[in-house]
Amino acid sequence: MLKSPTQSRPRTPLSVQKTKSKIEEQEAKFTLNAKDKYFAWAFLGPSLLILGVFIFYPMVRTLYLSLFLTNTVGKTTVFVGLSNYISLLTSADYLSSLGVTLFYVFAVTIITISLGLVLANLASKRLPGIGLFRTLFSATMGVSVSVAAIFWLFIFNPSTGFLSLISTFLHLPQIPWLTDPTAAMWAVIITTVWMNLGFTFLILLGAMTSVPTTLYEAANIEGASSRFQFFHITIPSISPTLFFVSIITLIESFKSFGLIDLMTKGGPTNATNMLVYRIYKDAFYSGNFAQASAESIILTVIIALFTLLQFKVLEKRVNY
Amino acid sequence: MSITLRNVRKDYDAQTEVLKDISVKVETGEFFVIVGPSGCGKSTLLRMIAGLTPITAGEVSIDNTVVNDLPPKARKLTMVFQNYALFPFMNVWDNVAFGLKARKMDQADIKQRVDEALKMVNLTELAKRKPRELSGGQRQRVALARAVASDAKICLMDEPLSNLDAQLRIKMRQEIYALQRKLGLTLIYVTHDQVEAMTMADHIMVLNDQHVQQIGTPSEIYQNPANEFVAKFFGTPQINILNATRSKTDNHVLDVDSDLEIALDEEVPAENVKIGIRPDDMKVEATESVEANATIKNTGFLGDETIIYATLNSGEDIHVVVPGQVNYRIFQPIKVTADSNLMFFDKDGKRMNLSKEAYVHA
Repeated sequence: MLKSPTQSRPRTPLSVQKTKSKIEEQEAKFTLNAKDKYFAWAFLGPSLLILGVFIFYPMVRTLYLSLFLTNTVGKTTVFVGLSNYISLLTSADYLSSLGVTLFYVFAVTIITISLGLVLANLASKRLPGIGLFRTLFSATMGVSVSVAAIFWLFIFNPSTGFLSLISTFLHLPQIPWLTDPTAAMWAVIITTVWMNLGFTFLILLGAMTSVPTTLYEAANIEGASSRFQFFHITIPSISPTLFFVSIITLIESFKSFGLIDLMTKGGPTNATNMLVYRIYKDAFYSGNFAQASAESIILTVIIALFTLLQFKVLEKRVNY
Repeated sequence: MSITLRNVRKDYDAQTEVLKDISVKVETGEFFVIVGPSGCGKSTLLRMIAGLTPITAGEVSIDNTVVNDLPPKARKLTMVFQNYALFPFMNVWDNVAFGLKARKMDQADIKQRVDEALKMVNLTELAKRKPRELSGGQRQRVALARAVASDAKICLMDEPLSNLDAQLRIKMRQEIYALQRKLGLTLIYVTHDQVEAMTMADHIMVLNDQHVQQIGTPSEIYQNPANEFVAKFFGTPQINILNATRSKTDNHVLDVDSDLEIALDEEVPAENVKIGIRPDDMKVEATESVEANATIKNTGFLGDETIIYATLNSGEDIHVVVPGQVNYRIFQPIKVTADSNLMFFDKDGKRMNLSKEAYVHA
């Protein structure tokens, strides 16, 4: 009924085990003759080559670099073991970056998903002209990061920006959006949420519209309020999709780079110096490739852990 | 609780009228079946009673209170959907408890009601299963249990058995009937299956072509159909309809063709008349004489009876049901006669009350 990657989860463990043993049997019998092997490698070759050059090699190389000291052109000099990691994890500067990133990631994920749910719920109602709103709400999907950043820079501009004009008009205090550390963080969060919202909205809308209408009709007859229906029918029905978008949003926000670079460059006073932006600066501004590599590895581990955690926690609450 | 419909109409827009001028009264505790072919608006009518579809004109009342503008939950009824509308993410118990929880009933009450309802439909052991782990019949029972658990005395069912196989359908038919009688439910049941209608209903409403064709008990509908549509809709195999004209020589006589005529003891009032004869009201005998008025096309043996497919000399196809097994060969000439239960319809299919003293002879 719902399309999301989590659909492929085994439904009944018993039957899965049965089929598994069957597959293993078949695998045992399945051998390739020489000609088949040639074809197999011919088909696998191109993708292995591309993955190898662009994914596997850089991964291994990053791991390797992180265990050394490097000179300014990235050549290894001294093997230092884990000391790059140790110095990072004991540096207040790095830990503050980590904290900033975590705050940003959670704020973005929570706000994006909540707003996406609200908008999708509104747009899933069958009303005349709803198509216009569906298009508008999902429109940010077509906007590139750079355009969005410049667009929002205009809005946040302290003298001519839309927000400052509104504050003036309403006689509210002016917020120095991009120069105050706290405000700058929220400016980046708002922009990221705005960017993500189109995609999240569209995916959630798709899930919501595929919930059979008879479920709501039955609930109406049984006397369930629309609030009760939202929490007891809509949310459980779309939970696989909700799970999917929350993971995607979380991972994507960990990897935020373009917006930071264009809007704040990590500033003011490192208030928005997210992990990825820091890696970029350490490697290509400071030329400290070894440290940047270690940071990359740490980030990878963090994302992997969060993904794992999310699977473990949400799995129990995801139906189907 | 009784339900009254007064001149109910439904249009989707100015051009598409779905239902016209439907009036009926369903008494308390009655098993009322709405039957008709696909697309005749029977489900729409049910949804209008439930309050899921708005009414264009007319009045729906429950216990003499007009409910036109009341939302579904204020109408105090339950509904069983064709696809059961079970919540796939809840187990059987929670599915049945859904409405009670939504109405914020007392926990102990909910438990008692749900357990009772599950017991009534024999699902107690499966209470912790998810709908996907149930068979079609069991899912159907969950839907029934949900209706039972609610204290509503009106239950609407929209083709509840159409997703089940034939064997199970017969079984569930009996279970639904027993449940309705036991709980004293006023049950409105929509189906396209005339057998379901005949076997369960206290009263049947036949819908077709946006209109009520006839309302009556199963035997009234079968024995005394209001028109050709109703006559054809009930009874398997279908009733034979023969086109006849008033004889030029004797205006008491209807000719199907020169070999088959029907004598009435009153004057035939119209030029063209359709004659309806149920397949088991016809008689067939093999004959090599000139009296033969039909030839055998095919026979189908059903165990206790045989269906004979034959072509009248006039070219019209008929079928006759005879008891036991008979042996005819294809193209064998036969003589077909009928002397009771003839029905007459005018050229528009409306029933004509002509004298029963009619018989068909060669």
